Amino acid sequence: MSGALKEVRNRIKSVQSTQQITKAMKMVSAAKLRRAQDAIIQMRPYANKLQEMLSNIVSNTEGELGGTLATERHVDRVLLIVITSDRGLAGAYNANIIKAAKAVIAEKYASQAAAGNVAIWNIGKKGYESMLKSNYKVDATFKDIFLDLRFETVQACAQAAVKAFEEKQFDLVEVVYSEFKNAATQRFVVERFLPIPKVKPAAKAKKSDFIFEPNKEELIAELMPKILNTQLYKAVLDANASEHGARMTAMDKASENANELLRSLKISYNRARQAAITTELTEIVSGAAALQG
Amino acid sequence: MNLEILTPERKLYSGDVYGVQLPGVDGLFEVLEKHAPMVSALKPGKLKVLKDKGQSDIAVFLIQGGFVEVFHNKVTVLVEGAVPS
Repeated sequence: MSGALKEVRNRIKSVQSTQQITKAMKMVSAAKLRRAQDAIIQMRPYANKLQEMLSNIVSNTEGELGGTLATERHVDRVLLIVITSDRGLAGAYNANIIKAAKAVIAEKYASQAAAGNVAIWNIGKKGYESMLKSNYKVDATFKDIFLDLRFETVQACAQAAVKAFEEKQFDLVEVVYSEFKNAATQRFVVERFLPIPKVKPAAKAKKSDFIFEPNKEELIAELMPKILNTQLYKAVLDANASEHGARMTAMDKASENANELLRSLKISYNRARQAAITTELTEIVSGAAALQG
Repeated sequence: MNLEILTPERKLYSGDVYGVQLPGVDGLFEVLEKHAPMVSALKPGKLKVLKDKGQSDIAVFLIQGGFVEVFHNKVTVLVEGAVPS
């Protein structure tokens, strides 16, 4: 009888220590999430200004601008940049991104995939490990960006993609990542990276006699890569915030589940204890009765 | 005039200054009060912030190329990387 009691006590202990871990992880994720959100906010003025500058130049120009980075080509070879996290225990976060990436290949690029012309660059270890098992061309050069998340490392990845596009290794580049909405919800998006979508002149552009130096065409040629760097950086930051948000939610749920489990375990523990006491009492009473008898 | 230096990672500088020296792709130039509206590309080099007229209070940043926009006495410098020196 006391064996059952001990068993339940051990289970309670193990659930309690698991809960301690999930609670701690939740707290750590909350702190990291705050930092990740902060980075997004810090980047916003730069990104907005850059975009404003571009539409400003376009508004002050007649005719089309763009160059090679904006020229649509027939899509033979596709590159997907898939951003996942380095670590698990974030609910369905990584699984969902991988699923979204595979879905987009199956829907939009089935023929290219059949010809073996879909390449994948993974950012984040989890996606890399999972994609290795599939038969796409997987490149791990930029897998470790999250180990040291700085603008320069992301910039290197964006520039490599631009270079590959210019050299016609790929005709289309898309980024698959999770956009950060709030801690509980992520939106999985597939975003066009290259060729750059046509820029429309801003409605409320500053109409003024700007001096452009060196000239508009060269300025735009300089601006485009910078905008791409920023776009990828934003995607990586969003993915980072999403990861911590997802982990925080997952760990919160796990702690709640542990609570539930503890409650039912405590009930069975008390029941077992009461049963043991009752048996003991019965034994004593019947023993005493036998002596008197 | 008002000067802002922005990088993707943070706002590096913000405040009222007397002028600013920038490494333009076509050569070094200086922007002072009431400069005409302008957009220019910058090459890697030194960016000098002249905080007052006497040129005694100067902040120098080493930048990695970027852009500057001057509009209505507001100067915005966008650079991808910069370190104070």
